[in-house]
Amino acid sequence: MFRTSPILRWRKYDERYNLVGVKCEKCGKLYYPKVALCSCGSSKFTNHKFKGEGTLLSFTEVSSGPEAFAEHSPYCLGIVQLDEGPKITAQLADCKIEDLKIGLKVQASFRKFYDSGEKGSIHYGTKFTPKY
Amino acid sequence: MKIGVIGTGITKFGELWDKSLRDLLAEAQLKSIEDSKISPKDIEMIFTGNMCADALSGQLHIGAMASENLRINVPSTRIESACASGAVALRQGLQAIESGAAKIVQVNGVEKMTDVSTEQVTTALMGAGDEEVEGFQGATFPALYALMARAYMHEFGLTREQLSAVSVKSHKHGSMNPIAQFQKEITVDDVANSAMVSDPLTLLDCSPITDGAASIILASESVAKKLNPEAVWIAGSQQATDTLALSARDSLTEIKATRIAADSAFKQAGISAKDVHLAEVHDCFSIAELLAIEGLGLAKKGEAGKHAAAGYHYFDSKIPINTCGGLKSCGHPIGATGVKQAVEVVHQLQQKAGKRQVKKAEVGVTQNVGGTGATVVVNVFKR
Repeated sequence: MFRTSPILRWRKYDERYNLVGVKCEKCGKLYYPKVALCSCGSSKFTNHKFKGEGTLLSFTEVSSGPEAFAEHSPYCLGIVQLDEGPKITAQLADCKIEDLKIGLKVQASFRKFYDSGEKGSIHYGTKFTPKY
Repeated sequence: MKIGVIGTGITKFGELWDKSLRDLLAEAQLKSIEDSKISPKDIEMIFTGNMCADALSGQLHIGAMASENLRINVPSTRIESACASGAVALRQGLQAIESGAAKIVQVNGVEKMTDVSTEQVTTALMGAGDEEVEGFQGATFPALYALMARAYMHEFGLTREQLSAVSVKSHKHGSMNPIAQFQKEITVDDVANSAMVSDPLTLLDCSPITDGAASIILASESVAKKLNPEAVWIAGSQQATDTLALSARDSLTEIKATRIAADSAFKQAGISAKDVHLAEVHDCFSIAELLAIEGLGLAKKGEAGKHAAAGYHYFDSKIPINTCGGLKSCGHPIGATGVKQAVEVVHQLQQKAGKRQVKKAEVGVTQNVGGTGATVVVNVFKR
């Protein structure tokens, strides 16, 4: 199953763990995750590390997740707009849905996502937690 | 554009334990051929919309399966564009005729979904989103549409009651459709009190997991006129795309690709939104129907919830929407949905829709969405 492949996730470690995206060398637009072509037409980018602070644009609580996340259900999921601009789909940790509201300030947090059984690797990434 | 629909075929939609993927596809295929009074040997090309047969049934190569079912050896291809697979397959058929490559084409849609667990279906359907950006984060389709619903509620003041009115209307229509998965009416309270799937969307905001297939026969104008005096005409058909991930878009409260596809399909057909008598739209979730209605220009932005609550979209009201019961009540066999929408509009325009018949039905529209709006097809049908 593709979800258990360590290589699939390994190649994105820098993006996943450190919130590294790109900045267009021509127009300065920031992207997360990385893209191949900017809307200005340029394909020249430099890596850009995002600070990991942002605002909650919308949120939900997933009652029944897909296979890899089934045992973690229910969990909160949201769309966060980073202070630098790009938006991210991410889980919201250390909170209940009652704690959340649109406009809430949140910050990135390095977290375990799911494991691939006894012989497989554990997958990690970035979730967001409320800043109270 | 003027391409005729000369025949339609559709199976029962629902949990069809005794029917396989092939059984469903073959049943719809033979029905559309019988309805159009042609022979399988008259078909020059086949396109079949299907999203998940590989993940759910271990079957690819649906194109060859479809031609084998008819005992013919013509070009036959499976089309995948997530939940818009059916309408994209229909567009391939239209283009084949427009190009002159064929005069008679069969377009099918099929999905067999109930052989596996809900978790397996949820995982397979997430293939319609962005695996890296959404799937890896634990997003599901109900969750992504819930994010849109909450943002829309925040921006436009949409209420729970207004949202519930969408599903209540769908079930009313479904109760009048003999092939619908659910033929039972529900109330606004039923929707609000059903189990929470992804807050704020409850079970009755969500389309179900469904088995089913649909099929239509397309023919060039001259052939259609000869074969079927009741042929319905496709006058416009356009497709637009957007980012795979919802979070990569500028707005969470509109499906931009609907607007782009509708603007150009209406222009192609020489109509405007006020000429539309009825529409079949992609209500995979109740919120999606409101976004579709606004995207088609049938309501101003932020107004669709009020219209739903005021009952504008019943089959005997101002702008009938989803008279078949929609994805919610008729069911949502993914690849079949875009073709089923065409079947319903054709039946309405031919005055063959039974109890749910719309009185004035001369111009009908279908809107089929893939993912959270990454692919949208809009078709315009005329009498």
